[in-house]
Amino acid sequence: MSTTTPLLELRNVHSYYGNIQALKGISLTVNEGEIVTLIGSNGAGKSTTLRTISGIIHPRSGEILLDNKRIDHIPPHDVVKLGVLQSPEGRRIFPRLSVRDNLEMGAFTRNDTAGIAEDMERVFDLFPRLRERANQKGGTLSGGEQQMLAIGRALMGRPRVLLLDEPSMGLAPVLVEQIFNIIKEINSQGTTVLLVEQNALMALEIAHRGYVLQTGQIVLADTAKALSENEMVQKAYLGVE
Amino acid sequence: MATQTVDTSTTGRNIPWGLIGRISLVVFFVLFLAVPLWNTILEMIANPQLLLRQLIIGLTNGAYISLIALGYTLVYGIVELINFAHGDVYMIGAFMSLTLIGLFGLQAATPPEVRYPLMLLILVITMAFTATLNVGIERFAYRRLRTVSRLAPLISAIGVSFILQNVGLLWGYLRFPALNGVMGSNAVAPKSFPNLLPTQNLLEPLQAVFGEGFRVRFTGKDLIMIGTAVVLLGALYFFVQRTKLGKAMRATAQDRDAAALMGINVNRTISLAFLLGGALAGAAGMLVGLYNGTAVFNMGFKAGLFSFTAAVLGGIGNITGAMLGGLLIGLIAALSDQYINAKWTNAVIFGILVLILVFRPTGLLGENVQQKA
Repeated sequence: MSTTTPLLELRNVHSYYGNIQALKGISLTVNEGEIVTLIGSNGAGKSTTLRTISGIIHPRSGEILLDNKRIDHIPPHDVVKLGVLQSPEGRRIFPRLSVRDNLEMGAFTRNDTAGIAEDMERVFDLFPRLRERANQKGGTLSGGEQQMLAIGRALMGRPRVLLLDEPSMGLAPVLVEQIFNIIKEINSQGTTVLLVEQNALMALEIAHRGYVLQTGQIVLADTAKALSENEMVQKAYLGVE
Repeated sequence: MATQTVDTSTTGRNIPWGLIGRISLVVFFVLFLAVPLWNTILEMIANPQLLLRQLIIGLTNGAYISLIALGYTLVYGIVELINFAHGDVYMIGAFMSLTLIGLFGLQAATPPEVRYPLMLLILVITMAFTATLNVGIERFAYRRLRTVSRLAPLISAIGVSFILQNVGLLWGYLRFPALNGVMGSNAVAPKSFPNLLPTQNLLEPLQAVFGEGFRVRFTGKDLIMIGTAVVLLGALYFFVQRTKLGKAMRATAQDRDAAALMGINVNRTISLAFLLGGALAGAAGMLVGLYNGTAVFNMGFKAGLFSFTAAVLGGIGNITGAMLGGLLIGLIAALSDQYINAKWTNAVIFGILVLILVFRPTGLLGENVQQKA
């Protein structure tokens, strides 16, 4: 579909938790500037895919490539240095660090003080609520604010690829709308996004392409538009009878 | 807390055992301790100078207990391991500094302008040594066990504690001429430090104000002990609260996976916690050696126990808590030594620990940390 090499590519990735196989040969590509979404039900392996990309778990076989260079088997803190940042499932903000310190941690691998300050402003512009609460402890924020903080924290690392794991989880519909608009805006500012979502309707609305995951395997891959019109997707994930 | 019954509306058969337990504990303490406590307070008021003297002793003890307690709390905060070998790292610090004192040939007669810079150098070397030792212990005895179970590194820590005590014993056999005989003739016996700290009373000018009867002493020794501890504790506090690495350490303690996802090298951060704890323990070992004038291979056990208690009292994992806990344990021990009986001091300290844990299970400054999976 595109002549450029993909920014991020997974080739036949198999991942295990102990002896339980969670990913059974995942192959996918994310091109520069895209929003790609992974949809699927609980336990399909969406989060495991992101955890494998980030290096929290290593694939037992298969390859993960960033810019055509393999990044499987390097520790998570080195994956971050290469520009792959994740806003993990359940937000996982640091509850006893202030909002500002949480954001500072997102920029841990960077040393350009001026650039960090600039990006902090950018995050505060995206999420004005975080500016208001900059000195509050992360744990005192509401769920929506924590989600904003988790996304903002990942942005602080100037990601080339931003991995978002269930950013809409547990949020009120108004907030979900808001979060998705911001993801679109982040993407339009030039960040490539790999979005994992259970809320397939919203995800397919903002994504360029999508993959459908079922029990550790990709069963469908197409443009977001085509997927949202696909009968199987409509039945299983969009609630269309 | 979890066992406390909630449903009291219906039958009345739900007995609030937790509440009864706590009330009876209070009644017990009031009945048995009210009279002695009252007498003690009267005693304190009757002789304020004695009280002041004990408070100064408590402060100096609290200073070194805080230094060691921080090592327990830093490590527990980040890997949830009670590092049983920590007290022995403190002992090694004392031995290391004594060895260096021998090597440099420092004596009470050494002129101050030579003595103090060298002592500062010895402090730095000792801290670097125990810091490296502590990092090495984590690397070889705990790291591989960390993913196995929680009990395995704990048992390993007890093993390391025994090893270090034996190292201390063997260290006592060193007889190199270069050491100037600091290890004495008996390997097992307590080693004596030369009197390197100033002993003049800094409060002497106050006698002019309060008259001859004023006998409270606060010596240069006390000042150096407290001053060094305050500087080190302040530096540590600044590091952990303000610097990027310090924040990364707290972040790792709060959520290890999330910290890794931010690009923080978790293993290196854990090493850093051991490094800082080891350095502080080494400083404490040297300070106590110089202050008390002795060091012995098993000195780490009791100091470790007191310091661990201090860390728990303040809320384990909480840095300010460890400092506060250390100070409190020091003060309580000094007061109990004087007003109750030195024999009862351990009982008093652990009694207070039990009381505080009954009412505040997370310690004085501890926060309710959600259980990690």
